[in-house]
Amino acid sequence: MLFTSYQFVIFVLAALILYYVVPKRIQWIVLLCMNLLFYLYAGLSGIIFIAATIVTTYAGARLIFREKERSARYIEEHKGDISKDEKKQLRAVSVRKQKIFLAIVLLINFGILAVLKYTNMFIVTFTTFNTVDFILPMGISFYTFQSTGYMIDVYRGVADAEKNPFRYALFVSFFPQLVQGPISRWNDLKKSLFESHVFSWVNIQYGFERILWGYFKKMVIADRAAIGLATIQSDVSVYYGAYALVGMLLYAIDLYADFTGGIDITIGVAQMFGITLPENFRRPFFSKSIAEYWRRWHITLCAWFKDYLFYPLSMSKWMNKVSRWLKKHAGKPVGSRFPVYFSSLTVWFVTGIWHGASWNFVVWGLLNSIIMLVSQELKPLYEKADNRLGYRNLKYYKVFEIIRTTVIVCCLQMLDYYRNIAEAFRMFFSMFTGGNYASVFTKGMWNIGLSAADYIVLLAGVIIMFIVSLLERRCPVREQLAQKSYIIRYIVFLVIFLLIAVFGIYGIGYESSQFIYNQF
Amino acid sequence: MKKKICTGVAVIIIPIVCLYLLQCLLVPKYASDIKEGAMIKEYYNSEKNHDVLILGDCEVYENISPVTMWENYGISGYIRGSAEQLIWQSYYLLEDTLKYEKPQVVIVNVLAMTESEAKSEAYNRMTLDGMRFSKYKIASIRESMTEDENMASYIFPLLRYHSRWSKLSSEDFRYMWKTPSVTTNGYLMQKGVRPVTTIPKAAPLANYTFSDKNMEYLDKIYSLCKDNGINLVLMKAPSVYPHWYDEWDKQVSDYANEHGILYLNTINEAGNIGIDYTTDTFDYGQHLNVEGAEKLSLYLGEQLVKNFGLTDHRQDESYKNVWQSIVDKYYEEKQGD
Repeated sequence: MLFTSYQFVIFVLAALILYYVVPKRIQWIVLLCMNLLFYLYAGLSGIIFIAATIVTTYAGARLIFREKERSARYIEEHKGDISKDEKKQLRAVSVRKQKIFLAIVLLINFGILAVLKYTNMFIVTFTTFNTVDFILPMGISFYTFQSTGYMIDVYRGVADAEKNPFRYALFVSFFPQLVQGPISRWNDLKKSLFESHVFSWVNIQYGFERILWGYFKKMVIADRAAIGLATIQSDVSVYYGAYALVGMLLYAIDLYADFTGGIDITIGVAQMFGITLPENFRRPFFSKSIAEYWRRWHITLCAWFKDYLFYPLSMSKWMNKVSRWLKKHAGKPVGSRFPVYFSSLTVWFVTGIWHGASWNFVVWGLLNSIIMLVSQELKPLYEKADNRLGYRNLKYYKVFEIIRTTVIVCCLQMLDYYRNIAEAFRMFFSMFTGGNYASVFTKGMWNIGLSAADYIVLLAGVIIMFIVSLLERRCPVREQLAQKSYIIRYIVFLVIFLLIAVFGIYGIGYESSQFIYNQF
Repeated sequence: MKKKICTGVAVIIIPIVCLYLLQCLLVPKYASDIKEGAMIKEYYNSEKNHDVLILGDCEVYENISPVTMWENYGISGYIRGSAEQLIWQSYYLLEDTLKYEKPQVVIVNVLAMTESEAKSEAYNRMTLDGMRFSKYKIASIRESMTEDENMASYIFPLLRYHSRWSKLSSEDFRYMWKTPSVTTNGYLMQKGVRPVTTIPKAAPLANYTFSDKNMEYLDKIYSLCKDNGINLVLMKAPSVYPHWYDEWDKQVSDYANEHGILYLNTINEAGNIGIDYTTDTFDYGQHLNVEGAEKLSLYLGEQLVKNFGLTDHRQDESYKNVWQSIVDKYYEEKQGD
């Protein structure tokens, strides 16, 4: 069920009515049933996989939690009878058991994800066999990460293991966030997910406003940019040089408006149910470095990787050993850098492959990592230069940094939409050697499926998004609008609604467009 | 409390009104281009006192001149024709028309019997968009929709036509509130001559039998006419192309005999009617020009008077004034460029 379909709108309306009509103590059950319906709508087969994830992670978390409790209780009950060493040993045995439970469940879940998502990539790369048609269950990457994150939290003792499997099922399958995140944490979500909610006009209004803004970005901007991009990426022998540049800009607009629009709809829908989801973006195109960009873009995924992969890896015992060994044999600089370098490259390799089962994404991830590491290495050099010249506090230098980051991000994103790495690089270099700028900007641009009117709408849309981002430096625009009179707020959102109705890409003649992040 | 209710109503009504205004602006008007799209709607502006209602595709709205029938026999007729009108669309248009008036005779062109499903959304739109909202419109849409279409876009045409914002012309503003008048009582006048030179050879068909669905709707038209005391006439216009197969003709003829209704195959009568395919067609024999249409209408009028004894209204004051303006418009158009 596409977020941009009539069915989704009707589904949310029906869910809302039911949610607020039933007794408050069973509101969460209504939500769970709606999740089930939502998932069933996508097909019966996908439900087996999400059910498997729910069952295994629930059981795993329970086992870990019980083992923790059992061990703690035993030690407490026998604290007078056993020595310190025995306590230590008992704890170690318990932790080992918990680790085994954790490892088994992680293996099952990441195994399912790997088989369904990466088998064909493996077949194509390493064998001559035909590819296999697997069903990729809706939102598998998102719910796998959310549920395994929960299990790890239970293992770490950060979260309690939920007793009620149905409540836990609701956490994993909450329908607005199922298709493209954000990836929530149990501790952050459980309260608002399970507590009863009184019907609140403020929530409905705020949620509706956020949804409208999301639809505007998705239907007016992203789907319009996608039309031109589809033409440009369809035939690189025709669309190179200046077209590659236009494509690069269109993709940047498309991806940003598509993904942030989708998240706006997700958060808005959740808010209508009184549920607060975490923010996933913080004005990423105002970042002054790639590292900062990744702290502002797809925040919940990056935080997941940081908490559950980067830190465990870089601070693990064996990493310490390797680091010490390297310090001794290859020198201190190498030894002290190795944990960060290795963990960073690993995280970005996984981040890349998470985004798509192709080597394009692997290269994209590694390049991101390399740029960040190089940038970190050059930091002392920059600081020296700044000490002499004092340019870092200049306003224009900050603007330069923002533009530089945006350009790098856009260039790296070329790997997302071209068919292979070679093609992406060829198109990147063709921007400098293509020599067709005059013909493209006078004539060619009108032949990629976008009219002059479409470009005007796109430009206006980008300017609106930019202004909103600027305004959000202080606080969310909705809150700023909430300070204004009711009539002004009403007019603003009426205008957005009418803009979507007229300028939105929908209906016959346009194919319903999936959100880009749905496929991850 | 009262204030709150008023605010709530306004909050809902204002967007609806805005959407309605946008819809009025963005829906195509068909005033100067593809005039066929405006014909179905135009009917609602006419005086509802017709003796004869003619249903069908381009073989009626380009081949029959109600003005000629009026001038020569005092018959008040109206053509509810539209491009590629399908037989079930004719049926629902008849149901729709019966809400406003009850003609004495209904003529149905039988070429539609050969089409068992909608060809394209564009043709559907030209018939269905112009119909006033009613259960008949909904039923006609349901029967006509192609795979890619949906009911919502017919009920709220803005969903279909919103992307016309970049193609708006002065016509869209001019006809935002009124229906353009593109015909004279449903007749879309065609001038000029392109004579028949060669007639394409008709390829044999695998199956000549009319579909069950078409027969079902022909039965429905028959029953509806019978129940309302209306005389049904089946007609085949004198087009030389597309070919009207003998097998088709026989099925219509048998149906007419079986049900005791009049069937006028004007292809066979073209010579007697006086149609000259070197001067009376504007598109190589597919449709008649205004001269040909006048000849066919004389014949039709004669048949209607002969078979159903229709009253001559030419001296009836209640008809005279209405028809005078229609006749004036007709000749103005005929004499114009």
